[in-house]
Amino acid sequence: MVDFVKRISGVNPRKCMKCGKCSASCPAYDEMEYHPHQFVDMVETGRLEELMNSKGIYTCLSCFACVERCPRSVEPAKLIEAVRTAVVRQQDKTHLKPDAIPALLDDELPQQAITSAFRKYRK
Amino acid sequence: MTYSYFPGCTLKTKGKDLDRYARISATALGFELDEIPQWQCCGAVYPMSKDEIGTRLSSVRALISAKEQGRELVTLCSACHHVIKRVNGDVRNDEQIRDKVNRYLKLDDAYSGETNVLHYLEVLRDRIGFAALKEKVTNPLTGMKIGAYYGCLLLRPGKEMGFDNPENPTILEDFIRAVGADPVIYAKRNECCGGYCTIENRNYAKKQVDGIMENAKAQGAQMLITACPLCMYNLKENATDGLEVKYFTELLAQALGLKEE
Repeated sequence: MVDFVKRISGVNPRKCMKCGKCSASCPAYDEMEYHPHQFVDMVETGRLEELMNSKGIYTCLSCFACVERCPRSVEPAKLIEAVRTAVVRQQDKTHLKPDAIPALLDDELPQQAITSAFRKYRK
Repeated sequence: MTYSYFPGCTLKTKGKDLDRYARISATALGFELDEIPQWQCCGAVYPMSKDEIGTRLSSVRALISAKEQGRELVTLCSACHHVIKRVNGDVRNDEQIRDKVNRYLKLDDAYSGETNVLHYLEVLRDRIGFAALKEKVTNPLTGMKIGAYYGCLLLRPGKEMGFDNPENPTILEDFIRAVGADPVIYAKRNECCGGYCTIENRNYAKKQVDGIMENAKAQGAQMLITACPLCMYNLKENATDGLEVKYFTELLAQALGLKEE
């Protein structure tokens, strides 16, 4: 599974020099139990199970602040996406079901929001 | 000059103003947006997983359509721009993705990323020129203090988007000057609005938006402008005590004297 995550993300976590700039830049920092720099370390040390069960994988906004600012081009957002993908691609592990959508809508919500959430939360 | 144009799903529905004002302004500025026939939704988020081909195809189809017309492809929604520009980069630079996409679509002429993707703002800056735009302004928005809200999708990752300096952008501020108003610089103009997470966790988006609004107000902004329908939604609906927010194209049309009051 670690190989799968590395392969589909294209990220080499060993490049990380643990400066913490990704976590310092991250708008989702308070919403995550494992912050981006920890996330990279946990992939490297094989702690995928914990990451796959963490709620933080659904709070990454994909704003690419960590990707932009990483001095080693590790690109943590791609790892977070890969771990979330590994979860939601499993049968019955979708994070957002179509039946749940109507209750979440309001008159102003743009189609873009629903499309984005579906692409992120289910496969 | 005629460009191929990809409006995207939201510009046909909740974001009609972004599209409408862009089209009438384009005509007044001497360029045409020719909507791609039978375009498909871009998917709204860029598929970061390298093994996903299906989620890249709608972008590739739009890019091919522009190539067949021999035109550049113009986008307007920040999300569409982000997705289509990056997928084009993948087809250009990633041999595996290029190969799989071409095999899947069974193309007579292989597509290798030839189409140039431009955001509407890039057309204004690089093709029309902000100086020329300023000359066409008949109704300058003198005295208005406007904060540019970039958000994330237009700017990052800077290496792939090539749009502006991702940490200190100027394109929207230059646009604001061109329409006769005063740009207000504030630190959080390139922070994320909360994006799609508002669907599940509105308080999370509220926290983002309140921070952005507080910062913009402290610097003296009276209004924010954006190019993204989801930013527009979050900034308007999730602000505790927010500023007025408009699409940049509405301001453009207003300055060109095209907006009916």
